[in-house]
Amino acid sequence: MSRIFIAFDKYLKKIMVYLIIVLGAVGMVIPFLYMVSTSLKEHAYSIQFDPGLIPMNPSINNYQYAWQLSHFQIYFKNSLFIALTSVFFVVLFSSMMAYAFARFEFPGKEIIFFSILLVLMVPNMVGIIPQFLLAKTLGLRNSLWGLIIFYVAGSVPFNTFLLRGFFETLPRELEDAVLIDGGNYFTIFFRMVLPLSTPALATVSILSFLGFWDEYILALTFIDDAPKRTLPIAIALLHGQYGTDWGMVFAASLIAVIPVIVVFVSLQRYFVGGIVAGAVKG
Amino acid sequence: MNISLRKQRILYAFIFILPGLLLYLMFVIYPILKAFQMSFYEWSIMPGKPNEWVGIGNYIRAFNDPVVRISLRNTFMYTLVTVTGQLILALIAALLMNYIIRGRTFFRTIYYLPVITSWVVVSLLFKYLFQSPKGVLNHILVNVLHLIAEPIPWLRYPSTAFIPIDALGIWKGIGWGMVIFLAALQTIPNELYEAAAIDGANAWQRLIKITLPLIRPTIVFLLVVLMIGGFNVFISVVLITDGGPLQRTEVILSYMYHQAFDFLDFGYGAAISFFLAAIIITLSFLQIRFLRRPAETS
Repeated sequence: MSRIFIAFDKYLKKIMVYLIIVLGAVGMVIPFLYMVSTSLKEHAYSIQFDPGLIPMNPSINNYQYAWQLSHFQIYFKNSLFIALTSVFFVVLFSSMMAYAFARFEFPGKEIIFFSILLVLMVPNMVGIIPQFLLAKTLGLRNSLWGLIIFYVAGSVPFNTFLLRGFFETLPRELEDAVLIDGGNYFTIFFRMVLPLSTPALATVSILSFLGFWDEYILALTFIDDAPKRTLPIAIALLHGQYGTDWGMVFAASLIAVIPVIVVFVSLQRYFVGGIVAGAVKG
Repeated sequence: MNISLRKQRILYAFIFILPGLLLYLMFVIYPILKAFQMSFYEWSIMPGKPNEWVGIGNYIRAFNDPVVRISLRNTFMYTLVTVTGQLILALIAALLMNYIIRGRTFFRTIYYLPVITSWVVVSLLFKYLFQSPKGVLNHILVNVLHLIAEPIPWLRYPSTAFIPIDALGIWKGIGWGMVIFLAALQTIPNELYEAAAIDGANAWQRLIKITLPLIRPTIVFLLVVLMIGGFNVFISVVLITDGGPLQRTEVILSYMYHQAFDFLDFGYGAAISFFLAAIIITLSFLQIRFLRRPAETS
């Protein structure tokens, strides 16, 4: 009798837990559903305000307008180019730097590393005024490469910090074997350390890609020419121009958001591992 | 180790560190130091016109500026509300997720969606949801749930304008905190709970006596990182209220950005941002010092 009661009690508890989790999940998803729904409603309907979650006359016209008339195909290409190029250089430079911190002794090591830790606490925007003036002086304003340089430089500290922790866990014995066989430290780094670190590098790549893809503040400050815009500033400007045309704003937003969600869902395991690794190290 | 080999290793170290270090010094460190210098000047935007040294004048001005005071209060309130909200809800979500097995990955993905979505997009989304009179939330409150008779003009009054901004901050951060809490919860050995259950401890006692003390380092970590994130609030404020009405919803960074790039008052903007940096660094050190200690010694 009491055993049945306990089993029943456990069952009831489980149902309750699932119920709360599902409720939370609904809260997480509903805003997105409204975004999708509004993007499928044409101009007139958005203004008349059709609050229903299911559009009365769904149409993909907003997506066509955004992609072609509002030049989102250009902004998409800009964002993709900037994000991929920046990721490549961030991974290369951060892993090189992290390897030096993990394996070598050199003058200034402690000071540089301490400065990195300190910089991680300073708000990024503290340097934005001089960065703006510097970009102007060096001719890096209104330039995709200019943004790339600032993006790479800005994310070197965090990723160096993250990768150093990972490299320190790699066994040193293998490296000595390469040296005895006549290889040098570049052989070790490119042929051994990097291949062994694929999971960590994947984490760094994905997280950096997301950061660059969504970056708003520097792009807003540096880019004036319309053809050089990236997705986040183009979306914000679209909202400024067509304030009431939410259908178009959200169609453009989803053009930017959907690739991110696809990348996230397919590469989740790297994400979660990396987020947790970063946290534990911190 | 002989000397030439040691020199060789130092040389290698510098080759490895060089590209990253150069970029870091030039585009991160130099701007921060330069901003510090600018904060002591009436910085001239005209080329050739000299910058005027004002000492701590910009800081004194910030101290007496009523909008800085409003921005500070708003930034503190935002941080307090969103850090508390995120911590509690993320912990609850993680405890529940830790309890279930089937569907955990699926729900974790769902809870993580807001985290990976661009701040620009979700800010505009929340602005849309909180529109008045014809906004989704007002529609639900008035016509579906009948909780209120008239739609609330959320963004028109300073007292309610922060509700969408706070809600967004919490909603967007729960998934991240949850994933980290979940990893910490999974390091706690099950035997502890079994032993406690045998001793007659109920669920609440197990949470207070076992779970929370054991994940204390994680709580401190999240507290520090979320707090830094809270103080850095910018994009959502700029896109949802842009500091309005009448600068009553400015936060430190939005006010700094407006001073620098709308009024081209670079020296003053730099001073305001250092004001914030000083607060963040001080609070981070204090939290790490006072909260992490007991966990490490026990």
